Amino acid sequence: MNGVHDMGGMQGYGPVIVEENEPLFHHAWEPRALAIVLAMGAAGKWNIDWSRSVRESLPPAMYLSVDYYQIWFEALERLLLQTDLVRPEEIHSEKALVPPVEGVRKLLKENVAATLSKGGPTERETDTVARFSIGQQVRTRKMNPPTHTRLPHYCRDKQGVITAIHGAHVYPDANALRQGEQPKWLYTVSFDAQELWGPDTTASSVRVDCWEPYLMAAEQ
Amino acid sequence: MSDTSHTHSSHGHHHEHDHDHEGSELSDIDLRVRALESLLIDKGYVDPAALDALIETYETKVGPRNGVRVVAKAWHDPGYKKWLLEDATAAIASLGYSGRQGEHMVVVANTPEEHNMVVCTLCSCYPWPVLGLPPAWYKSAPYRSRTVIDPRGVLKDFGIELPPETKITVWDSTAEIRYLVLPMRPAGTEGWAEDALAELITRNAMIGCDIARPPAQFAAVTGAR
Repeated sequence: MNGVHDMGGMQGYGPVIVEENEPLFHHAWEPRALAIVLAMGAAGKWNIDWSRSVRESLPPAMYLSVDYYQIWFEALERLLLQTDLVRPEEIHSEKALVPPVEGVRKLLKENVAATLSKGGPTERETDTVARFSIGQQVRTRKMNPPTHTRLPHYCRDKQGVITAIHGAHVYPDANALRQGEQPKWLYTVSFDAQELWGPDTTASSVRVDCWEPYLMAAEQ
Repeated sequence: MSDTSHTHSSHGHHHEHDHDHEGSELSDIDLRVRALESLLIDKGYVDPAALDALIETYETKVGPRNGVRVVAKAWHDPGYKKWLLEDATAAIASLGYSGRQGEHMVVVANTPEEHNMVVCTLCSCYPWPVLGLPPAWYKSAPYRSRTVIDPRGVLKDFGIELPPETKITVWDSTAEIRYLVLPMRPAGTEGWAEDALAELITRNAMIGCDIARPPAQFAAVTGAR
């Protein structure tokens, strides 16, 4: 989706504001929001790509104006409603009005450490062969899907070179749409900064992780 | 931690609030988070003790000191550095750091010729097991927008100016690979113990937004204490 979340190369946002001795959290609600997002993420009712897709589909003005933890919170509320885990009237009344949905994996305190240290690896076995090899010139596709993708707009239809192959990974474009994991080969592609920006850059190269469907062999 | 029984049923909650001024927005989000937490507990979906354990993990256990240990060990032990650059996930896991948002790690080494910087232009991807939760600036629009086009300008915001001949490579974390920058070891630290080296490493240097402190500056800082 060509949304405001896809910020690479946008101009006019001003300097990076670095806070001296920044606290881990700025408001008391931030750790609570983080914790419920993580706990519900472990509940197994949605995947990380779906949740990213909901976050980037928030109203653009809201996305740009609220604290990042609030983006997570707003998306959590929408995910809970989309999955029928909570009803709108329950959010308004702040208490359970109908029985809970079954099959929610409740993250218990004793499992927190193990769940976090396991994480959610995305590499998968595959019986396919990688189409591209290290050193090969590739071109990213010209594409503008209205749904979730992880190919930023600034590096579409650009030529680069494969610098690493990471195995087959869950394909976010499909997984976000609940079409299954559909693992695809994942590559690091190095783009010459001039190829991306022309002369208006101070970077030498930009490296982007690209799934195979984002790429085609470059015309020599 | 917080009073989860606190609710404001008189306060109407809906999705797109109009925020008249910032003060009301802050209190509004505070109330909404408390209310949703209460609801999720009431529904039986979350364990309140698990919430506290999650927060405690990132407040006390998982933070940039983990990454500092990785970098100090790499500076101190050439064998470990080689392993780290070849298989970062395994080398980092050997120190006990693994899991959420660090499942697949790659470490990139700065050299006099090449400086590496890490960004996530699309969201806030960050290597949690070694750096903890990302700082606000890492998730901000200025950092996410400018780093891929004008990394030197961004570095200036951090007070860092690199030699013009140093090339800057920017890593955009678009997949589940998480990147950690191995800063250059400052000159004049030959023979230093790992613990002393650790004092020179900043969190921002491991993102590529700082350089390791030179020993003279470190001595001046500690001498002033």
